[in-house]
Amino acid sequence: MSEREFTLIDGERVTRVAARVDGSHVRIAPADLEHAFGWTLKPQGLCKDDLCITLRERRGLVAQGGIDLAVFAQTTGLPLALDVAEGVAVLGESAAARGSRLASLEAPDFTLPDLAGQLHTLSSHRGKKVLLIAYASW
Amino acid sequence: MALDRCADDARPYIERARPTHPSLIDTQHVVADLYAMINVPTMVWIDEAGLIVRPNDAQFGTDTFTQFHGKHSAPFLAAVRAWVTGQRGALAPAQVRSQQLLPTPDQQRARAEFTLAWHLHQQGRLAAAERHFERAGKLSPHDWTIRRGSMPIRGKNPMGPEFFELYKEWQAAGSPTYPTEPIDTQK
Repeated sequence: MSEREFTLIDGERVTRVAARVDGSHVRIAPADLEHAFGWTLKPQGLCKDDLCITLRERRGLVAQGGIDLAVFAQTTGLPLALDVAEGVAVLGESAAARGSRLASLEAPDFTLPDLAGQLHTLSSHRGKKVLLIAYASW
Repeated sequence: MALDRCADDARPYIERARPTHPSLIDTQHVVADLYAMINVPTMVWIDEAGLIVRPNDAQFGTDTFTQFHGKHSAPFLAAVRAWVTGQRGALAPAQVRSQQLLPTPDQQRARAEFTLAWHLHQQGRLAAAERHFERAGKLSPHDWTIRRGSMPIRGKNPMGPEFFELYKEWQAAGSPTYPTEPIDTQK
């Protein structure tokens, strides 16, 4: 088992933490889980904002004081892309949450740059119809 | 909104078109992921209250590639004009929902793998990036924003033999796309 720096990516939030690597297992401190991903381990389970996921047992999730990233992802239903050798992990949005948000029919807000680097936000166009067109040079 | 790896890839098209509307660059596929887009072009109609009144749809502004995809631009452009001029076109919520392609867990995993691959690539860790681009493609084989969108990043020609292989594979799978009804049948 070794301790090494790990980069955790959650959308625009990029956090560098000290992780314990044990073969293919990557464990991080509970405080780092909260800092990097916004999830807290409480007596009632794994919690984020108003949501708490009850844990039937903690043995897989918590070992040697650290939270196993893969088990955390499985427990919360969040997609995790992990590269142990490179020391990087990306946490994505769950299909349930993404689908639920789209099914609400509220167009997700976003901000992107134009060619000049000027930022544009979708919600600044409220009051007008917007035709959002995605294309590519490919 | 160009789903391109850098502004320079989209620049020639934007400059030639000289649009009067905002032309944005989504290099990290943030918006593509938010809207669960699986190909380009993808059109989304959003009304004055910020609600989706037509979900993701593959529609074209010209007939340049009609022989490949079978769609004509005229009905689409007519529908947009009718919507913009306040005549008709916005779908009722139940209709929008019935035509939405909501993401699966594997598609979300693929998006996380793509994000990881892109990050590693930008860090110069190309071999590792390649592994995750591959994994993303296996998890979501019919998401063109991943399989074809990654080609310029990986130094592959998006118009070359690998694209034709991808196209054949997609056709063999039944040409999966958004489950929208033909645009001119919707009033």
